[in-house]
Amino acid sequence: MDTATLIARESFVERGARERVAGLLDAGTMRELLDPFERLRSPWLAEQDIVTQADDGVVIARGAIAGTAVVCCAVEPAFQGGAIGEVGGAKIAGALELALEDAEAGRPVVPVLLLETGGVRLQEANCGLAAIAEIHAAIAALRAHVPVVGVVAGPVGCFGGMSIAAGLCSQLIATREARLGLNGPQVIEQEAGVDEFDSRDRPMIWSLTGGEQRRATGLVDTLCADDAQAIAAEVAAAVAAGPEDPARVADVDAALARLARIDGDRRAEADWVRDAFQTPTDDRSDA
Amino acid sequence: MTATTPSSRGGRWLAALTDEAPALPGYPDSVRVVDGELDGAPARYIAVVPDPASDFPRARGGEVGLVEGWTLARAVRETMTADVDGPRRPIVAVIDVPSQAYGRTEEAFGIHQALAAAADAYAAARRAEHPVIGLIVGKAMSGAFLAHGYQANRLIALDDAAVEVHAMGKQAAARITQRTVEGVEALARTITPMAYDIRSFQRLGLLHRLLSVADADSPAGPDVAAVRDALTEACRDIGDSRDLGARLGEGRAASLAVRRRLRAQWQS
Repeated sequence: MDTATLIARESFVERGARERVAGLLDAGTMRELLDPFERLRSPWLAEQDIVTQADDGVVIARGAIAGTAVVCCAVEPAFQGGAIGEVGGAKIAGALELALEDAEAGRPVVPVLLLETGGVRLQEANCGLAAIAEIHAAIAALRAHVPVVGVVAGPVGCFGGMSIAAGLCSQLIATREARLGLNGPQVIEQEAGVDEFDSRDRPMIWSLTGGEQRRATGLVDTLCADDAQAIAAEVAAAVAAGPEDPARVADVDAALARLARIDGDRRAEADWVRDAFQTPTDDRSDA
Repeated sequence: MTATTPSSRGGRWLAALTDEAPALPGYPDSVRVVDGELDGAPARYIAVVPDPASDFPRARGGEVGLVEGWTLARAVRETMTADVDGPRRPIVAVIDVPSQAYGRTEEAFGIHQALAAAADAYAAARRAEHPVIGLIVGKAMSGAFLAHGYQANRLIALDDAAVEVHAMGKQAAARITQRTVEGVEALARTITPMAYDIRSFQRLGLLHRLLSVADADSPAGPDVAAVRDALTEACRDIGDSRDLGARLGEGRAASLAVRRRLRAQWQS
């Protein structure tokens, strides 16, 4: 890449949720639903003297990508670490449920999920968890009709119940800056001890859960630079793809065979994990 | 009970509800899959139980780890395949899961994808007309619950102090929200969704039934009969419904309001 191109490049990661969505949609097609003027705030944060936000940190917008009808659900990384509360969770689940109704009625709408989230917002714990179960249900049902596209760009990454949502997507796009994992580093350290997982060891964390490693192990489908135009192009390609059950979710036998081969006591390092994922499951007797 | 009484509450309820039928062979010790009966017809029961000898040290206490997530997916998918041309058996997830497995190996090998596979399988079974019921007899925590039970058409729980639903244990929740454990407990007493107890969970409208039992720890006679009756009733109540709509009631007013307003704006 030459210097002029590099300087002209616009970061996707540095954008907020609304600006990210605007950059993905065909010009003039963006229509936000339940925008901040609706003042749909978290009823639970206010009770705990925590500042609320008028969109509860989730942007829902309908529009088109290369002419295909889409609905974007974008989590705002700058509000509460992208954590999912009752209102924000219901915005995503409700939008996906409506997209499912439309798909079942022969009016396909492709969901694009921008997942920048620590998972359940603990201040609304069980309301967030319930919403995330409903998000899972909707993604799983939608996949029979349309591709469900997920993007994990950074800087927050995608954790908790929403990492499961990412795992359910038909097409998952990530950058090198992104992390994808069930349990956040601090939670693992708290639950299992610093010897098991040092939450300050950033090279280790990215080596195991960063976008590049997730692509190398097939847990992410597309690795993309932090370039707003490049990410928009990858999203457009994913939106144009047909519905399918990705092997990531569907190939249960291969996953169990892989687990049967590995030593659960061994301290995981990136290279070993990549090797384990790349070993074919059916044509090696010496594995 | 015999000398082989299971070590966990979930395992004991699974055994009691299936008249101590043997678990299907070929599954790991941490995931017990038992073919029993419900309402006079075949039904499949599934529980995650502790396996002190698991190859994965962070998943020896009944946690849902890598093996458990993928095995749940397998057990549910096999039920669907077996029933594809016949009556769809009910699937009962007996839920007593203290947490997902927290470990380096788990993250490295994509435990999120294992749990996604399990949730996906339960959701697919529900859509394929298997009545799916989640029976909460112990803890139903966070990712473990999302993978094992939260995709059920109906949730039933025992009304017992050790029955809990939450997104994170108290110690970790305190650290992440920068509070003390006492602070988390105080908030749990006043903020319904932050509570751990099952009665608070019921107030959110997420349960189909909350069942009183004499002894939730040691399932016996009348308690087992009451749970069977509740499962039977839930199975009939499911009828033709295939989605999670039954959980969305006045207990979650904001969830309802958001959906109502979203629907009004959906078509331009």
